[in-house]
Amino acid sequence: MDLTTTYMGMTLKSPLVASASPLSEEIGNLKRMEDAGASAVVLYSLFEEQLVREEFELAHHLQHGTESFAEALTYFPEPVQFKLGPDGYLEHIRKAKEAVSIPVIASLNGSSLGGWTKFAHRMQEAGADALELNIYYIPTDPNLSSHDVEQTYLDILKAVKAAVSIPVAIKLGPYFSSFAHVARQLDEAGADALVLFNRFYQPDIDLEELIVKPNVILSTPQALRLPLRWIAILYGRVKASLAATSGIHQGTDVIKMMMAGANVTMLASALLKNGIDHLRVIEREMLEWMEENEYESVRQMQGSMSQIKVDDPSAFERAQYMRALTTYRPAAEQARRFGRF
Amino acid sequence: MTEQVYTMIDGNEAVAYTAYRTHEVIAIYPITPSSPMGEWADAWAAANEPNIWGMVPSVVEMQSEGGAAGAVHGALQSGALTTTFTASQGLLLMIPNMYKIAGELTPAVFHVAARSLAAQALSIYGDHSDVMATRATGWALFASNSVQEAHDFALIAHAASLEARVPFIHFFDGFRTSHEVAKIQLLSNDQIRAMIDDNLVAAHRARALTPDNPFIRGTAQNPDVYFQGRETVNRFYEACPAITQAVMDKFASLTGRQYKLYEYYGAPDAERVVVLMGSGAEIAHEYVEYMLARGEKIGVLKVRLYRPFDAQRFAAALPVTTKAIAVLDRTKEPGSSGEPLYLDTVAALQEAYANGWSAPQSMPRVVGGRYGLSSKEFTPAMVKAVFDNLALDKPKNHFTVGINDDVTHTSLAFDADFSIEPDNVIRAMFYGLGADGTVGANKNSIKIIGENTPNYAQGYFYYDSKKSGAITVSHLRFGPNPIRSSYLITKANFIACHQPVFLERYDMLKDIIPGGVFLLNTAFGPDEVWDQLPRNFQEQIIEKRVRFYVIDAYKVAHETGMGRLINTIMQVCFFAISGVLPREEAIEEIKSSIRKTYGRKGENVVEMNLRAVDHTLAHLFEVPVPATVTSAITMRPPVPPNAPEFVRNVLGEIIAGRGDLLPVSAMPVDGTFPSGTTQYEKRNIALEIPVWDPDVCIQCGKCAMVCPHAVIRIKVYEPALLEGAPKTFKATDVRDREWEGLKYTIQVAPEDCTGCALCVDVCPARNKSALGRKAINMEPQPPLRAQEAHNWDFFLSIPEMDRRKIKVSSIRQQQVQQPLFEFSGACSGCGETPYLKLLSQLFGDRALIANATGCSSIYGGNMPTTPWSKNAEGRGPAWSNSLFEDNAEFGLGMRIALDQKIEQARSLVSRLSSEIGDELAQALLAADQSDEAGIYEQRERVSLLKSRLAAIDSAEARQLLSLADVLVKKNVWIVGGDGWAYDIGYGGLDHVLASGRNVNILVLDTEVYSNTGGQMSKATPRGAVAKFAAAGKPQGKKDLGLMAMTYGNTYVARVAMGARDEQTLRAFLEAEAFEGPSLIIAYSHCIAHGIDMSTGMQNQKAAVESGQWILYRYNPDRARAGENPLILDSRAPKIPVERYMYMENRFKMLTLSEPERARRLLEAAQEDVNNRWEYYQYLAERKWGQSADGNGSNGH
Repeated sequence: MDLTTTYMGMTLKSPLVASASPLSEEIGNLKRMEDAGASAVVLYSLFEEQLVREEFELAHHLQHGTESFAEALTYFPEPVQFKLGPDGYLEHIRKAKEAVSIPVIASLNGSSLGGWTKFAHRMQEAGADALELNIYYIPTDPNLSSHDVEQTYLDILKAVKAAVSIPVAIKLGPYFSSFAHVARQLDEAGADALVLFNRFYQPDIDLEELIVKPNVILSTPQALRLPLRWIAILYGRVKASLAATSGIHQGTDVIKMMMAGANVTMLASALLKNGIDHLRVIEREMLEWMEENEYESVRQMQGSMSQIKVDDPSAFERAQYMRALTTYRPAAEQARRFGRF
Repeated sequence: MTEQVYTMIDGNEAVAYTAYRTHEVIAIYPITPSSPMGEWADAWAAANEPNIWGMVPSVVEMQSEGGAAGAVHGALQSGALTTTFTASQGLLLMIPNMYKIAGELTPAVFHVAARSLAAQALSIYGDHSDVMATRATGWALFASNSVQEAHDFALIAHAASLEARVPFIHFFDGFRTSHEVAKIQLLSNDQIRAMIDDNLVAAHRARALTPDNPFIRGTAQNPDVYFQGRETVNRFYEACPAITQAVMDKFASLTGRQYKLYEYYGAPDAERVVVLMGSGAEIAHEYVEYMLARGEKIGVLKVRLYRPFDAQRFAAALPVTTKAIAVLDRTKEPGSSGEPLYLDTVAALQEAYANGWSAPQSMPRVVGGRYGLSSKEFTPAMVKAVFDNLALDKPKNHFTVGINDDVTHTSLAFDADFSIEPDNVIRAMFYGLGADGTVGANKNSIKIIGENTPNYAQGYFYYDSKKSGAITVSHLRFGPNPIRSSYLITKANFIACHQPVFLERYDMLKDIIPGGVFLLNTAFGPDEVWDQLPRNFQEQIIEKRVRFYVIDAYKVAHETGMGRLINTIMQVCFFAISGVLPREEAIEEIKSSIRKTYGRKGENVVEMNLRAVDHTLAHLFEVPVPATVTSAITMRPPVPPNAPEFVRNVLGEIIAGRGDLLPVSAMPVDGTFPSGTTQYEKRNIALEIPVWDPDVCIQCGKCAMVCPHAVIRIKVYEPALLEGAPKTFKATDVRDREWEGLKYTIQVAPEDCTGCALCVDVCPARNKSALGRKAINMEPQPPLRAQEAHNWDFFLSIPEMDRRKIKVSSIRQQQVQQPLFEFSGACSGCGETPYLKLLSQLFGDRALIANATGCSSIYGGNMPTTPWSKNAEGRGPAWSNSLFEDNAEFGLGMRIALDQKIEQARSLVSRLSSEIGDELAQALLAADQSDEAGIYEQRERVSLLKSRLAAIDSAEARQLLSLADVLVKKNVWIVGGDGWAYDIGYGGLDHVLASGRNVNILVLDTEVYSNTGGQMSKATPRGAVAKFAAAGKPQGKKDLGLMAMTYGNTYVARVAMGARDEQTLRAFLEAEAFEGPSLIIAYSHCIAHGIDMSTGMQNQKAAVESGQWILYRYNPDRARAGENPLILDSRAPKIPVERYMYMENRFKMLTLSEPERARRLLEAAQEDVNNRWEYYQYLAERKWGQSADGNGSNGH
């Protein structure tokens, strides 16, 4: 059974890629991911904003209270050097490259144009096989037009592409008024892959503490519908590779994504929930399904259910939505009918 | 001679630099002003810097100076080249070992930043009292006078000691030399290497204890031989001066800097000579130089080697023409026939004549005097007074200079305006706040000038004794010749005021020379600022033709992301105006030093500072000075006019910066000062103050409880008392049912608040329609100041609630109690002071407090004002500080005395029963004083007793009258930090716990030596970065509470107010009620943790929630009742310890310097937490009281 696929020009042994998550902070985990069958790994994100904040905090705390009281002119010893900025992350890339033989994709979340290009270049130097730009950006300024927002994405991508020679993927959220247009523009601007979709952590209100705080919720299998649709729509329309992320929890999820047109699927929640070894389960499930249904390779199925390949392209459009609504029954009613739940 | 390298460096670093390179073992303990030497050594060792033999010295922090001296002694006996750094009380603690080290003829050097000793008061400042106390130890006493000399003498002392086998104290003036930044020639490693004779090092090693060649040293001797043994060392002492001079000569051949043991400077035919040592000698030198040019025949003899005192060389160093000598001592020996150097001088001259040595032609008249105690300024004007005195027919002997002694009339008058500052020295003064970075910027500026221009340069920095809102004054000098002026600037070419609020407090322009420059940071532009100046500023600007510049530094800081840091901005202004360097060059140098200073803290920080540099000049303006004075603004009096006389006349003068002018008669003879005087020192340092919203308030009392400065007060009172209240005074109905019908007010003292915002952080009541707002919110202070000051005065006029009506076990009621600890100079947001304030509220009217030296003794007892206060009846905490190391014993002494007096009083009551009335006597003896009502009634009885006793004419009655007050319950609180309790004072603390006596011990545990700048203590937790633990402390925290519990007789509680305030309150009440020793270990967040102080209580909460800090109470009374004495008051850890630790820079910074190690230590810390929790849970869950006596016999 041939599970190989290509992603941004790289040949991968399967479409199972470990996506950016805290699991990749440990080099040991990367090794375990490789052993369990991951074909590539996206490292956790380097957040430029966080680095900058860390620097300012450190500088503030080292200076705060100093030189004001005769008996305590300082409060901390200062080492000769701090490992500030992306040094730790770059070191992590180097160690990851030493530890595993699968491609290592570095993930970057910048907050300034300078930061994007500078860090991207250094990640390449540290040995990353590819980059994933994770653009986490909520445009809250009412004066900012959708065009301006899209332009920001394009500017970042172009700047990074100009700074590095390794492939660059861009991870996006779905919230654009014309997502297909955005995807096409990014494709034209040279994106080697589109990673769909970014899962924004949404703020929540904590009624206990009466504060607003982000609430991390792992993805559920239902979440795969959104990337499934857009991958199916984009397949064959963009040159860039397509990576599906969100809601991939079992082997059949991977198969669905492949059929929709994904080059790879990326897993985070499933591994956080079930452990790294869950990769083996997914791979086994894929193989079982393929065997049962007499598929020989992943390539065979790639894009087979994409919008341009299916009988009814409107299935991925609004009409399908209408049908879905008309056949929907609330859970309680279903329970009555089926005597379950 | 190798090429000379110049550098700008302070005295401590200069000494540590040399000492570090020439030693193998360094045992240290922090004490001001010597701590930085140990810190440098530790930092270099952490960075693997080698000594001249290519090895990294072992730097070890001990539990006390006594411990350091012991370790030094041991290391020396084992053949290592060993040193230590200390001062003051620390040196005193080393004395016993010093006798041993000298007695055994061991080469060693102690580097001492000489400092005053605690007598009528502690002082951290410089004089020679400490060094003089070691005269009899047999150590050489070797004085250096400047930063260059300190750097050089550290090496000379070492080389001389190795050869002479006499140990050396190398000393230099605390602060004046230890903290002065000066341009010096740095010794190269080759030069240092050339000075140390390896044969002598080998000889030292050969004398070491080793089982390969065993011998015994340190025996006990008897009357038959001890005396002779003592005399064996004589020839070593005889040889020591010549050896030292030879080493000096060798040093000169290597460096070109020639020193003499007794170095004379002046006219070869001088008739009047002053003799002294230390930095004062350089001032005398400067004066002599000035007068020689004017034809005077005077000179100065600088004493470098004071012990062993070489009388022959000393006498020979004086010009033969000398007719009168004034010997100046920087110490005081009460009751002596003169201070030590004076006595030695007299004796040396007497011997010189007796032996026919080379000496002045005829015996000169010799007088002695004292100067410069506790860094009292010593100036050319005072040197002049000393020489003028010598010119008299009958010069005053045993004089003082620099003060006005109007009691015993010892002082010499001097002309304060006399100045010899040469025109070619540029002098600049900068007034800043601790928090604004002024000193850091000026250290940087003077470094730039010293290292990038041919100028010699000097920087000296005056710091406040307050820890919050502290003023700093930087004094910078630079010029073409070496600078000997080791005194503050009084004639400045340039004065900068970095904080506009200082205009109303300090008459800064009094020190400016005509034509000088005044730079003011102000929000007012060049066209509007004139009218904002106080009148005296306008007058002086016009009269002295001052060039006046303004900059809105806060605007530039804000626009460039610098926040409240204006250091870089003001630095650019200084260079731009002063023209020391061409403007472009200066700016390039500033930028380059920014890259150097901040480079390691990240490029974003560098870029921000560079941005600030680039934005500054566009905001700097020269102000056109009008011809006339228009201002009606006058400077504020230092204290309100209604303050008591002593506060006005004495404390007020100190506050105003005129303490130097107070005469001897103004000072108390025995160091006794009135309580509760901080209330008069309205510091107005808060930019924002809390404002109460009565509609949202739930009256829980938490804001008042956590307020570190007791500026948030609560009163509950009869509605009628609101009559005449100011219009803006807020009051609402009290919510507590027990107080129904009364009014409730939370009032803030606007001029005493430091703006820490802890109160807002802990306020649990949120405004339901705007959840970002609470029942107490920060608002800008200036617009509220007058109104709220008025409200505060009215609030104070409302009587305190009757203590009997307050249920102390509930915070909402308890917080109505009046704090008797208020407005201290502690850091804004201090984590210690809320505990002290609570103590003062609960028990202050009957507490004796023994306070260990440290933060709490400084903010609790540093002049000019005292925060320990008293109530309307005149009762309040009686507070004292003995030492750092003996506080538990000091407190125990108080208890024993109290118990003795109580015993006596009770016995007298019994004996006088019939005279005072049997009923009263019986009631007095049987009184239950376990609550406020009981204490109140007993006070009434004692009052009645006193009135009856007054009518009885007998010795016993008079005796009882003097003792009667002890019949009212008193308690003893022994208070201190972890440095005291865990380290230096642990032995005593342990003994006091074991004594079973009824004392209460409060340990304010900040987990580091906070007062001296964050050195590691045994309370420091694993993984925390602290000084002497630069790579994160590898060992876990000592569990003091657990150790105390093992006695079984001690009440022990661990509390953290920010986590569970009601548990804290309960622990205080139980500790006081417990008839035996009680120990409360209180988590105190601290500025040395690297945290946001406004949310320090959240750190406390996280410490508890993570299990890092377990809350518990261990009460032996429970064991006696058959219950397990240990109650855990916190739940199982619910967050990983990482969440807590990485809220704090002390832990977090290690992840940025040594990430791997940080992770390992974090894992170990989590393991600590898990194990500790399991262990405590086990202890708390054990079945208890099954044994027959029910006395916890199945305990530990």
